[in-house]
Amino acid sequence: MEIDAEVKDSSLVLIKQGAEARVFESSFVGRRSVVKERFSKKYRHPTLDSKLTLKRLNAEARCMTKARRLGVSTPVLYAVDPLLHALTFEYVEGPSVKDIFLEFGLNGIVEERLDDIAMQIGDSIGKLHDGGLIHGDLTTSNMLIRTGTNQLVLIDFGLSFTSTLPEDKAVDLYVLERALLSMHSSCGNVMDSILAGYRKSSKQWSSTLNKLAQVRQRGRKRTMIG
Amino acid sequence: MKRMIALGFEGSANKIGVGVVTLDGTILSNPRHTYITPPGQGFLPRETAQHHLQHVLPLIKSALETAKITPDEIDCLGYTKGPGMGAPLQVSAVVIRVLSQLWKKPIVAVNHCVAHIEMGRIVTGADDPVVLYVSGGNTQVIAYSEGRYRIFGETIDIAVGNCLDRFARVLQLSNDPAPGYNIEQLAKKGEQFIDLPYVVKGMDVSFSGILSFIEATTEEKLKNNECTPADLCYSLQETVFAMLVEITERAMAHCDKKDVLIVGGVGCNERLQEMMRIMCAERGGMLYATDDRYCIDNGAMIAYTGLLAFAYGETTPLEESTFTQRFRTDEVHAIWRDKKELASVDGIDEPGDKIEEN
Repeated sequence: MEIDAEVKDSSLVLIKQGAEARVFESSFVGRRSVVKERFSKKYRHPTLDSKLTLKRLNAEARCMTKARRLGVSTPVLYAVDPLLHALTFEYVEGPSVKDIFLEFGLNGIVEERLDDIAMQIGDSIGKLHDGGLIHGDLTTSNMLIRTGTNQLVLIDFGLSFTSTLPEDKAVDLYVLERALLSMHSSCGNVMDSILAGYRKSSKQWSSTLNKLAQVRQRGRKRTMIG
Repeated sequence: MKRMIALGFEGSANKIGVGVVTLDGTILSNPRHTYITPPGQGFLPRETAQHHLQHVLPLIKSALETAKITPDEIDCLGYTKGPGMGAPLQVSAVVIRVLSQLWKKPIVAVNHCVAHIEMGRIVTGADDPVVLYVSGGNTQVIAYSEGRYRIFGETIDIAVGNCLDRFARVLQLSNDPAPGYNIEQLAKKGEQFIDLPYVVKGMDVSFSGILSFIEATTEEKLKNNECTPADLCYSLQETVFAMLVEITERAMAHCDKKDVLIVGGVGCNERLQEMMRIMCAERGGMLYATDDRYCIDNGAMIAYTGLLAFAYGETTPLEESTFTQRFRTDEVHAIWRDKKELASVDGIDEPGDKIEEN
């Protein structure tokens, strides 16, 4: 209960209104922290809404800590509040990969930095997948680069789940590939470098990448030649 | 200045439509005819194509009469190149080639999905929205970026309208005027929410598992009086629409856009519009939606989109006026949107003037 009092005492400053949660900056026992509060979505049926909100809160807390155990950098989880649907975790200083890539699009690409980030993305996803963890929402907005160390930090595990099926891993990569294509087409083929990193870090890369080739074929209304 | 007029043909699914429009988006006529199958059955390509063949000529006559124009006044002929069912698509492709040679008019091939978007934009006045395109054959979340309509999220298996239509077959609901419409009416009587699978993968959705689940459990549930058909319709709508609103919101957050435009046949559903409106209001944006005149496949949307491309100098040579079942929204270079952004000061009529001089 002391912990709750601490959170309430410190001021909450809204930093982002996401699709499902409000993200506040705050301090937790003297440390700079982030409070992510999932709010109920009024458009959803109340039963469906509370089921999804609680499921995703739990998934996020569990999967964030599991990812850290697998050696993937994520913010440190400080506290979970199932009543307010809020998580408190470490504040990570640094830009999102989306912002960095968008800037590459505007001001020209810094090859070295792009390669480094792509390799890190591949490496992190490989570690998650080998540990049986699927992120579920791999987009460039959900990846941060820590200022100073240039280390990749994965965030937003709300759609994460555990699975060892090549199918789920391939779909996870496919979601990322699509996000890159729709948002960062000017950055060249980042996905190839990411997959190179993935191949190095994941022991089961071959079954996943074979499946990925099948998942790509599945897209609707695609022109098929040959 | 003489107004530019286009005649457009749509026949990619179970509707055949002929529309006459001008470049400012005025619809002079827009008749269509729908192939309606008995309850419990879907439409098959061959029968649908035969239906289109029977109705296309009377529709052309009626379109010209209502619009009070002669073939001489037409500037270009638009038709749906794809995506859609092969046999029905073939009907408009053949008709357009005949008319093009008979009347000596240029052809413009149109992507069906892009036509829905452009029609929605001109009717509602939405400038640069995130588009949710939901119909019996398509489910896509689209936004314009760098010259193309890019697909941010989509279904990885069947379309949402297909899921609803096929569930209507399980309940033996009528296909008149549309199975989805009858589900919507029945859902209004539903009271109990039945838990169904909820499948969102990043910005993509999947409906085939939900359909299998509900198909497999409906008979048993109804026999044991656990729920009514209305409850099932209600729960199915609540679940699949929540998924659609969720991925739309993700796309909005991802590409920093505030407004939403819903197009396509399922876009007429008032519950979907209501849910989307609540979400938009929470984000300080607007929902743009249209009614069944424009949402559902029609000839005017093809004519208008064809005319846009034509006004910017695009035509399709006779030997390339083919059709295809697979034609992605992002394959089309939306040339009129690039140039409109550049030439907005001069007004959009300028390129049209140039063409008339030729």
